[in-house]
Amino acid sequence: MKCDNCNKNATVHLTEIKGGKKIEKHLCEQCAAQNEGLPVKSHMPINELLTNFVMQHSGLQKETGTGCDQCGITWAEFRQSGLLGCANDYQLFEKDLTPLLLRAHEGMTHHVGKVPTRRGGSGVPMKRQVDLTRLRKDLAKAVEAEDYERAAKLRDQIRQAETG
Amino acid sequence: MKMKLSDLTNHAGEWLRGSGPMSEIVISSRIRLARNVTGFPFLTRCTRHQRQALEQKVRETILAADLSSQVLYVDLENAPDMDRQLLVERHLISKPHAGAEGARGVAIAENETLSVMVNEEDHLRIQCLRSGLQLEEAWEQINKVDDKLEAALDWSFHPRFGYLTACPTNVGTGIRVSVMLHLPALKLTGEIEKLFRAAKDMKLAVRGLYGEGTEATGDFYQISNQTTLGKSEDDIISDFKHAIVPKIIEWEQHARRTLRDDRTVQLDDKVGRALGILRSARLIASEETLLLLSHLRMGVHLNRVKDIDLRTINELFLLTQPAHLQRIQGRKLEGDVRRAVRADYIRQRLGVA
Repeated sequence: MKCDNCNKNATVHLTEIKGGKKIEKHLCEQCAAQNEGLPVKSHMPINELLTNFVMQHSGLQKETGTGCDQCGITWAEFRQSGLLGCANDYQLFEKDLTPLLLRAHEGMTHHVGKVPTRRGGSGVPMKRQVDLTRLRKDLAKAVEAEDYERAAKLRDQIRQAETG
Repeated sequence: MKMKLSDLTNHAGEWLRGSGPMSEIVISSRIRLARNVTGFPFLTRCTRHQRQALEQKVRETILAADLSSQVLYVDLENAPDMDRQLLVERHLISKPHAGAEGARGVAIAENETLSVMVNEEDHLRIQCLRSGLQLEEAWEQINKVDDKLEAALDWSFHPRFGYLTACPTNVGTGIRVSVMLHLPALKLTGEIEKLFRAAKDMKLAVRGLYGEGTEATGDFYQISNQTTLGKSEDDIISDFKHAIVPKIIEWEQHARRTLRDDRTVQLDDKVGRALGILRSARLIASEETLLLLSHLRMGVHLNRVKDIDLRTINELFLLTQPAHLQRIQGRKLEGDVRRAVRADYIRQRLGVA
């Protein structure tokens, strides 16, 4: 089949519905790119196609990603491999990771369970750090729900945990 | 006493003894923990030098940690292909760990119920593997090992995210609880779809005999949790023990009873054919072996075959795999020679009718 515009082989086939009328177009790659604004790259590997698709729809571009100053990984590189580069990335990409974690872990975003007994980097025992994280989250929720009685209780618990 | 890899070959590991609770259906219970050490990037971002330093640090810690009276450490970077394959067949390392490159290893202890992979996807992958339904026992064991290693290694941990892992799908507890189930009757009666539907509803993964990306050969299905964040280890294990596994066992038992009581001829035909081929074949591939052993195993459990025990069949599942067969024979075997040796070995173990 020949292209509707020129004499080359048509490899792009479009079906448009306009005002209830079906219009079929058969174009070559160049004409499709020029007239319809469809960038068609032939022989694009499937993983590249998918990556581009994910990039476009997540509103992220490869170019805009700044890397982790410790391991150098960018968000785009993480999306390609599915593996993070170092512990720091969880903090660095926290905002972008959250929807992903929600999907992977049945809507959960905070750790529950075993905690190492040794102190973390801040010198505060890990167990208390975990409690604090949870209490602060609960406090934010209580405030949002305008449950001030509960919020006050949580505030006191947080103070106690911070000084305790 | 120093253990050698060759000491492992001639018998099945504890987890295949067929001795644990519900072992006619639950082959094994496995728990693994993913852990990373602070001060090193995750493995995909490690330089060759960092990778070596990490392997050395973790190896020395494991060997000094008094995990068990006997610990076998295998340097997988320099191990022969056949040894790595052998460890995969025994479920002591993962397929990707066997095929990877660079400094990495595995520590094996406690009669093969414990293995610690070093430099897999995470710095450490600790696993406990036990016969039958023994999830709480496996958790108790692995929890102690984790404590002992943590005394010498700083785990990457974040108050909100929990134990940090290379892949965010493992973050939190870093736990994967799996049970390996033998479900031939559900497969034969066409009810296996129930399992897939239930697993999907409960956010569980269903895999084959050798984990991720493998087919359910020989009617073995491995069920494991996918959620690792926001749910405690105890809750995950309790769900398996009280809700998930008993339900599947009930379905399989019901399907086995239906076959025995209402479709006796069809059942005896399947089992008889399996035994007939296994006792007569002169050339047999490992895939066919798994399928026939699966039917035979069900026949033994339902008392349709009386002169073979479950333990022999369990051992055959393992010892007829390529690397084991070659190790037992002490030579490299390929193609028809391997299939012939396998058929001979099976005939010898099952006895001639």
